[in-house]
Amino acid sequence: MDTAALLIIEVLNGIASLALACAGLAIIFGMMRVINFAHGEFMMLGAYTTVVCTKTLGINIWISMLIISPIVVGIIGIIVERTFIRFFYGRMIDTLIATWGLSLLLIGIVTAIFGNIIEGVSAPMGSFEVGIYNVAQYRMVLIGIVILLFIGIFLVLTRTKLGLIARGTMQNPAQASVLGISTQRVYMVTFALGAALTGLAGGLLAPISQVIPTAGAAYVAQTFITVITGGTGAVTGTLVASGVFGTVRQLLSYEFTPVLGGVGLLIVAVVLLRLLPQGITGKIFRRSL
Amino acid sequence: MTVLGVNLRNWETWGTILVGIAMVVLLFAGPHIFDLFLLFKVTLFVAMAILALSMGFIWGYGGILCFGQSAFYGLGAYTYAIAVGNIGESTAPFLLAIVVPGAFAALLGYFVFYGRLSDVYLAVVTLAVTLILYNFMRSTAGEEYVIGAQRLMGFNGISSIQPINWPGDGSAWLLPDEIFHLAMFCLIACYFGLKLLNRSHFGRVAVAIRENELRAELLGYDVRLHKLQTFTIGGAMAGLAGCLGVNFNSFVNPDVFALNFAAEIIMWTLIGGLGTLVGPMIGCIGLLMLKFEIGQQQITNTYLIFGGIIMLFVLLVPAGLLPTARQLGERYLPMLRADGAGDGRGREAAQ
Repeated sequence: MDTAALLIIEVLNGIASLALACAGLAIIFGMMRVINFAHGEFMMLGAYTTVVCTKTLGINIWISMLIISPIVVGIIGIIVERTFIRFFYGRMIDTLIATWGLSLLLIGIVTAIFGNIIEGVSAPMGSFEVGIYNVAQYRMVLIGIVILLFIGIFLVLTRTKLGLIARGTMQNPAQASVLGISTQRVYMVTFALGAALTGLAGGLLAPISQVIPTAGAAYVAQTFITVITGGTGAVTGTLVASGVFGTVRQLLSYEFTPVLGGVGLLIVAVVLLRLLPQGITGKIFRRSL
Repeated sequence: MTVLGVNLRNWETWGTILVGIAMVVLLFAGPHIFDLFLLFKVTLFVAMAILALSMGFIWGYGGILCFGQSAFYGLGAYTYAIAVGNIGESTAPFLLAIVVPGAFAALLGYFVFYGRLSDVYLAVVTLAVTLILYNFMRSTAGEEYVIGAQRLMGFNGISSIQPINWPGDGSAWLLPDEIFHLAMFCLIACYFGLKLLNRSHFGRVAVAIRENELRAELLGYDVRLHKLQTFTIGGAMAGLAGCLGVNFNSFVNPDVFALNFAAEIIMWTLIGGLGTLVGPMIGCIGLLMLKFEIGQQQITNTYLIFGGIIMLFVLLVPAGLLPTARQLGERYLPMLRADGAGDGRGREAAQ
C-alpha cells in the first residue's frame, strides 16, 4: 500500500519534471519552429540564477526560483532573439546549427565565470511520511506548480489577446502583418516567454539536480523527443507525451534500473511515432493547441 | 561544348575532376608529406569524411534528415571490433562492418519509411534509436555481455582492436601508411560511386522525391522503396567509415552513439553546404581541424571560441561554404556560369 502510494507520487513527479522541462520548448519549437538546441543551456542559466541568488545574494529561494530565474533568462532570451535568432525565422534547419553555436557559447561563458564545478542548492521545506517512506515536500509542491503553470499557459494562449495574436502570427505571419500586427515584436515576446518558462524550469529543477555548466546536455534529447512526439498541438501534445513518457520511465526505473527507464522512454517514443507519424496530436486531440 | 557527353562549360564537371585529382594526389603523397602523428589524424579525417559523404548523400540528395547517422558509424565500428576479436583475420570483419550497418539501416528504414514518417518525426526516431544504442552499450560493462570471445566492455569501450590485415593473412597487419591508403581509396571510391549514382536514373528519382515527394509518387515511383534504398546505401557507407575510424586508434567506446556526435554530423553537412557531396567533406574536415586547433590554445575555454565561431559563421555564410563559393564564383567568373543545371537547390526542399 505504502509502496503503491510512493510509486504514484514518483510517477506524478516524473511526469511533472518532464513536462516542466518541456514547457519552454513547446513554445519555442512547437509554436515558433525554432529548433532550440540551446534549450538545455537556458535551463542551466535558470539554475545558475537560482544558485547565485540564494547562495551569494541570500535572497529567498522561492523568489529566486519563481521570479528572478524566469526574468533573467527571459531577458537573455530577448537579447539573443534580437541579436541572433531573428535572422533565422522560417529556416528551421538553420536554427539547429545557429542554436548549437549558441549553446556552446553559453556553456563557455558560464564556465569562464563560475568554473567547471558542481554547484547546487538544497531543496526548501522538509519531508513527510508515506507509511515507512520519506517523501520530500518540495517534490509535491513541484507537481502543483507544474499543474498551475500549464493551466496558466493554456489560459494565456486561449483567453488573452496576446495569446490570440501570438497563435495567429505563428500560423500566418504575412496575414498577421497585413492586419497591422508587428510580427517582429510578437516573435520577440513569444521567444522571451519561451525562454522565461525554460529559465523557470531550470530554477525549479535546480534543487533536485546538479548544477554544472554542461548540465543542459542531459535535457536536450529527452525534451525534443517529448515535444516532437507530442505533435503539432504543441502544449497539449507535450503534456500528453510527458504523461506517457514520465509514467513509463518512472515505472521502469522503479522496477529495474534508471538506465532501462531511459531506454524505455526512447522505445515508447519510437513505437508511438511509428503508429502516429504526425505525433500524438496529429491524430488525437487534433483541434488542441 | 561537350566532350564524351560531358559538358565542359559546367563548373560541376571541373569541380569533380579537380576533387578527383586532389584526392588521388593525396592518396599517393600523403605518407610522404605527413609525419606519423599527422598521418594518424588525417586517416581519422578521411574516415569522418566518408561519414560526412554518407550524410550528404541521404540528406542532400535523398532529402532524408537522419539524426542518427552516427548510429551506423558506431555499429560499423563495434561490428568490426567484435568480429575481428572473434575471427582474428580482418577480411570478413571488414565486410561485416559494411553489411551489418547496412542491414540495420534497411530494417530501420523499413520501419520508418513504410510507416510514412518524415520530417522532424523521422529525425527524432533516428535520434532515439541512436540514444538507445548509447544507453545499451554503456550498460554492457558486466562480464555477461560477451559476443563470442569479445567482451563489450560498457562505457570503457573496446581497446587494442586488431587492425586490418592483408586479406588471408591474419598476422600481416597493415602499417599506418597502408591504412591511410586504404581509407583514402575507400573515400575516392565512395565519392565517385555516389557521383555516378547521382547521375543515374536512381539518383535522379531520389532528387525528384526530395523536391516533391507527392509528385514523384503520383508519377508512379515507389517513394518508400526508393528512400529505403537511399537510406541503406548511406548506412552501409557510414558503417565503412566506422570500420576505418576504429583502425585509427584501435579503440571504440559508446560515445560514438552520443547526442553530440550525432549532431556534429548534421553540422558538418550544413556548414559545408547541403545538396553537394564535397561540401559535407569540407565541413567535416574544417570543423574537426578547428576543434583541434582551439583545443591547443590556452587563452580561454574551448566552448566559448568554438560556439562564437559557429554563430558568426551561420550569420555570415548562411547557405554553407560550397554554395556560397559557387555563388561568388558564378558572379565573378561568368564563363563558369552553369546553364541552370546545378543541383544546389536542395536546401529549401530538404527543410
